[in-house]
Amino acid sequence: MATQYMYYPGCSMDGTGKAYHDSIEAVLPELNIGLAELDDWNCCGATEYMGISPLRSQALVGRNLALAEKQKNGTDTLVAPCSACYVNLARTDAYVRESAELAATVNDALGADGMSYTPGSVKVRHLLEIMIDDIGLEEVGAHVTRPLKGLKLAPYMGCLVSRPDYDDRWQHREHPHALDELLLALGADVVDYSRRTDCCGGHMTQISPETGLELIRRLIVEAERVGAHALVTVCPMCQMNVDFYQREMNHHFREDHHMPILFFTQLMGLAYGMPAKTLGFGREIISARPALANIGIESPLTEEEEAAKAAAAKPARRKRGDPTLPSPAPREDEEVLR
Amino acid sequence: MPKAAVPPPPAPSGGKRAATFQEEVIAMIPADSRLETCIQCGTCGGSCPSYADMDHTPRQIFALIRAGARDKVMDSNTPWMCVSCYLCAVRCPQQIHIPDVMYALKAKATQEDRVPSHVAPDFSRTFVDYIHKYGRSFEVGLVAKHYLRHHMTRLPGMTTSGIGMVTKGRMGFRPHTIKGLEGLNAILDRATELEQAKQRSVYEEQPQAGGAH
Repeated sequence: MATQYMYYPGCSMDGTGKAYHDSIEAVLPELNIGLAELDDWNCCGATEYMGISPLRSQALVGRNLALAEKQKNGTDTLVAPCSACYVNLARTDAYVRESAELAATVNDALGADGMSYTPGSVKVRHLLEIMIDDIGLEEVGAHVTRPLKGLKLAPYMGCLVSRPDYDDRWQHREHPHALDELLLALGADVVDYSRRTDCCGGHMTQISPETGLELIRRLIVEAERVGAHALVTVCPMCQMNVDFYQREMNHHFREDHHMPILFFTQLMGLAYGMPAKTLGFGREIISARPALANIGIESPLTEEEEAAKAAAAKPARRKRGDPTLPSPAPREDEEVLR
Repeated sequence: MPKAAVPPPPAPSGGKRAATFQEEVIAMIPADSRLETCIQCGTCGGSCPSYADMDHTPRQIFALIRAGARDKVMDSNTPWMCVSCYLCAVRCPQQIHIPDVMYALKAKATQEDRVPSHVAPDFSRTFVDYIHKYGRSFEVGLVAKHYLRHHMTRLPGMTTSGIGMVTKGRMGFRPHTIKGLEGLNAILDRATELEQAKQRSVYEEQPQAGGAH
């Protein structure tokens, strides 16, 4: 019987974080973990709703907690794979536990749709915490069939898992080693990455690009300095910032970095011997192929590589002034009729 | 659909003193922020990854709030430059919920429509509007709307990566509407009423500063 958790995927799982979604779907059954998606969940508000109306954003998140309280069936744990969702859900739960006045206000608002939430009745946890605390490193390592030896990974946990840490679960809020240990259990070479909980820029890439790109650059430069082949993340927002905006960052600073960023679940799947394609590899903008080549794994081609390959496969155009007759040569892969 | 903008709290009426700016800000924060306990040590600014782009460091903002320098605070870009990484919050010796203070200042500025630049508030508003419309975020619509409005010049450089996002199946073109959308908006409307009531009470509850003047 699989261990069941309630699951709050978050809005990016169907879009920008698709590779995370794919790899979670592939890896969790292997670990005998079942996820029951929270029925009819709504957006957590990301980092935006708090800046429009802090109190309304508590009610917005309160609805998700109320749904989880109603849906809990043998488990009171609500798992969020996205660090921003995780912190928003955890914040509201922590605040209504702390303040009876806020709990009353949130419940008053929830009452408008006949809902209510009992403070503390749902435990909000990040997917990484489930791996480390519930499944345990031993079990995570026990499923490894293809150790990632030779792949140098920078464990980039991002800011919002070990901070603000409403429930004092983390011993080190600035230099936690949970992700390092998980990657070590997969047999990977983990580099000492000092920027492990630095900010990826969050929504700065949308509202103040110079600020955001600078923060992204710091992460990448440090990863390169310690010789990492790739960054490993636990958050779709971090992934999006470092991956999608890396080209703009290169252009902005007149530099040429190529640092892929992967989800930790993708690497778990690789170590468990699953094919790269089913784990969402190839969805990244900054290709992970060169990184994976270090351990002899072929990752699906990214769009650009695909285009380059197609261009190379096309017969070259006849040069101007070429005196020879244009006779079509058989393509290499074609069976020649004789 | 919830009311678009929350009007600023009404001016205090007879017999009541005006709330201090710090009281106003604190009323905007859902939980106990401990803002009034700031000892001006500056650990926050020293920890902040984006302090270089801020008009004032967080410490300066807290001093200005305490001094009642409303205009300086409201015109400062500091809250908008906060990346919500919580590094200041975990280092603060007084355990002040610093990002919450920044959120409160942002909300105050958007509600009073007094913002140093429109790029950030517009992004937040567009994001929030999609939540009101569908119950979930809608990445494609958000990005399209925001970039056409504020970042036209960035678009050409993004074409290749943008096309990549589409062909790699990382862009959902159809927004998902939750079943309980009407209920969600009823909840948010009620929360708006409660928030306004709370802000009004800040004015009503302050006793006249008594004693000799």
